[in-house]
Amino acid sequence: MQKILAEFENSQKELIHVLHCVQAKFGYIPPEAISEISRHLKITESEIYGILTFYAAFSLEPRGKHRVTVCMGTACHVRGGPKVLEEFERRLGIEAGHTTRDKQFTLETVACLGCCAIGPVVVVDDDYHAEATIRKVEPILEKYKKEKKNDQD
Amino acid sequence: MTKIKSFEELKETINQQIKLRNENDKTVLTVSAGTCGRARGSLKVIESLNKIIKEKKLEGKIQVKNTGCHGFCEAEPNIIIHPQNIFYQHVQPEDAESIITETALNNKIIDKLLYSDPVTGQTMPKESDISFYAKQERIVMGDNALIDPTDINDYFAIRGYNSLGTVLKSMNPEDVIETIIASGIRGRGGAGFPTGLKWKFARNAKGDIKYIICNADEGDPGAYMDRSLMEGNPHRVLEGMIIGAYAIGATEGYIYVRMEYPLALKNITIALEQARKLGLLGDAILGSEFNFDIHVFKGAGSFVSGEETSLMASIEGRRAQPRQRPPFPAQSGLWGKPTNINNVETWGNIPIIIEKGSDWFAGIGTESSKGTKIFSLVGKINNTGLVEVPMGITLREIIYDIGGGIPGDKEFKAVQTGGPSGGCIPEEKLDLPVDYESLSEAGSIMGSGGMIVMDEDTCMVDVARYFLQFTKEESCGKCVPCRIGTRQMVEILNRITRGEGKENDIKKLEELAKTIKSGSLCGLGQTSPNPVLTTLRYFRKEYEDHIYNKSCKALVCKDLICYYIEPDKCVGCLLCKKSCPVDAIIGKRKEVHVIDHKLCIKCGACFDVCPPKVRAVSKYTGEKKEKILKKTSAGSVDTGRVDK
Ligand SMILES: Cc1cc2nc3c(=O)[nH]c(=O)nc-3n(C[C@H](O)[C@H](O)[C@H](O)COP(=O)(O)O)c2cc1C
Ligand code: SF4
Ligand code: SF4
Ligand code: FES
Ligand code: FES
Repeated sequence: MQKILAEFENSQKELIHVLHCVQAKFGYIPPEAISEISRHLKITESEIYGILTFYAAFSLEPRGKHRVTVCMGTACHVRGGPKVLEEFERRLGIEAGHTTRDKQFTLETVACLGCCAIGPVVVVDDDYHAEATIRKVEPILEKYKKEKKNDQD
Repeated sequence: MTKIKSFEELKETINQQIKLRNENDKTVLTVSAGTCGRARGSLKVIESLNKIIKEKKLEGKIQVKNTGCHGFCEAEPNIIIHPQNIFYQHVQPEDAESIITETALNNKIIDKLLYSDPVTGQTMPKESDISFYAKQERIVMGDNALIDPTDINDYFAIRGYNSLGTVLKSMNPEDVIETIIASGIRGRGGAGFPTGLKWKFARNAKGDIKYIICNADEGDPGAYMDRSLMEGNPHRVLEGMIIGAYAIGATEGYIYVRMEYPLALKNITIALEQARKLGLLGDAILGSEFNFDIHVFKGAGSFVSGEETSLMASIEGRRAQPRQRPPFPAQSGLWGKPTNINNVETWGNIPIIIEKGSDWFAGIGTESSKGTKIFSLVGKINNTGLVEVPMGITLREIIYDIGGGIPGDKEFKAVQTGGPSGGCIPEEKLDLPVDYESLSEAGSIMGSGGMIVMDEDTCMVDVARYFLQFTKEESCGKCVPCRIGTRQMVEILNRITRGEGKENDIKKLEELAKTIKSGSLCGLGQTSPNPVLTTLRYFRKEYEDHIYNKSCKALVCKDLICYYIEPDKCVGCLLCKKSCPVDAIIGKRKEVHVIDHKLCIKCGACFDVCPPKVRAVSKYTGEKKEKILKKTSAGSVDTGRVDK
């Protein structure tokens, strides 16, 4: 944490950058981090809470190992994006915005990933899956579940 | 890399790169590798092309160039082979070998990789022959296909930074501003304010420090031209910003890039480093007295941060909430200093205007709207992609001549422009010329360039609900009419799509729209009712059908439809049964299958999997739906024919 903070000036203008770094490092913004940020940037903790909850990029809870992001943009919507999301919700047993109990998957939505031509788009971690349909949902999930098994081997 | 210290040195660098490019006698394979190309596997294609070139020791003869988007998403991954200018689409890694041995080495065309026209079925070897490109005028986008965005030398080879050189050597800031005013260019980010005028205000504002900002937040879902420009030609955007900074007298600049665009962030960052190393940014640019540098700011996932005042709040490390204007950013912007903010595409036009002159630029387009505009043509359209067209072209030309019309034998219903602030334009308005004024007369806006085509399978009430849901979520909450009003509108629209619409719901929607429009501070609130107002204006009957007949003609609204297996068509293949997530389908092999409507969650899986030749699964709404439900619930597992 100190290492992250050392790179930034003691000024509010650094806040979003700092939060990005912390989020990337821990997968969420831990409460301890907030008090350290508060001291370093000289902003109150409550202000930081107010700001970080405003932005979708930051979460106060740890996210799952894999992040499944389903596009809910207009182009994906007219091509059946909502149905794909519902199928993910059914398969994972969680609603969008939540993490599975085994902490394997976090399901999220996004308003357009900028590749509308190949929608509905689903991004898992950094992989883009084009033209998603209900039928592709299970194979996509299986792929990442398998990776988990391979990791343990 | 050593710094370029004068205009003359810059000229020399540019000429040298042009010469290198012209003298290059290698066959160049440019592979479109923007985010969308990569999603379809273009990096793997590049990998196998390079592997084969290496194996066959062809490095001296063939070169692969990793470029940004060519714009023709439908054809991704695609390759253009220079100098022959052959265009291949849907290229797979397996095709690499034949592309190299047959086409690159022996000029033989591979038919199966050629593009074939969706209307005529004719195949076309050259990019320029393809109807998708024929009516475009790609002055901003076109160079994407020529350059490796991570190599500044490629940009020099297309005369990049020449405009900056010209400006620093022979124009004073006022000249630059006059040129931009004379070109007539208006902002491409949505509102369409004249760019030159905005610069003039910022120039004339008093202040020790001035800022410029590039708005790359591109929040409009369905629009991605800014991403494509940043990924594919980042130096053009930077060059525009440096020229703007000089004109206004700014010393510092920001590019605010939305976080959902990792490749754009990466390429912009690389471009900045290169420009800095060469002395195109930093102190004493090109040996002049002009100092200027640019920071990249990564957004944090908020739509309203695209609004200029909230974007500045976000850079300052605060919540992205808009504030009252005036004062406009030109007087009091970032940290209270005079600030000029423009959109990515606006900045990308600047070097071209300087290079080709304001008269040339003003010669393109209509009386009030000059130059070109990039649109993302998406949704139910054959040729999906980014299209750059001269202002004044008609919507019909874009959709049918460039876009190749609607896929399948479906009918066109509407085209949505302007994102959540825009509206749906029906068939009878397709001959409208595309410019700022005509689109607003039709109830929509130009917006940032999203153009979503909808066919008969799209429900307009659902679309309106979709947009209102979006603005409701993205409202920053500052203004009560925006926060509460959009929520109430969503509730009503939800009710209507669920088949629980009431007598005076339409009237209520119209009243709420009025209140929200007049009582909101920023554009998000003020324009949020547009999707509802335009659909009410052009597709009122669909609302009435939902409310009074419980019928969704497009067969979209779940609560108003039912799925039904046609007994006379079903061949009993078991596919639907296997794919139904809730086991609501009953049937044995080779027997007619039946849906248990009490269990069915209307996910549509059966509809999707039933083989295209059979097409036994249908959707029904309104009275027919009621009949089916009655009949099937009476005999529960009745396989008999239903009298529709
Ligand atoms: C809610 C809202 C969202 C906006 N989002 C964007 C955006 O994503 N990109 C953009 O360039 N302008 C956006 N704008 C417009 C900006 O406020 C501003 O007008 C624009 O960046 C000015 O640049 P231009 O004159 O070059 O168009 C948005 C406006 C509103 C009200
Ligand atoms: S109109 Fe809506 S988004 Fe805009 S400032 Fe008001 S509450 Fe925020
Ligand atoms: S998929 Fe179609 S043909 Fe096959 S059992 Fe289901 S309804 Fe019948
Ligand atoms: S709408 Fe899904 S990527 Fe744009
Ligand atoms: S080709 Fe670049 S977005 Fe599709």
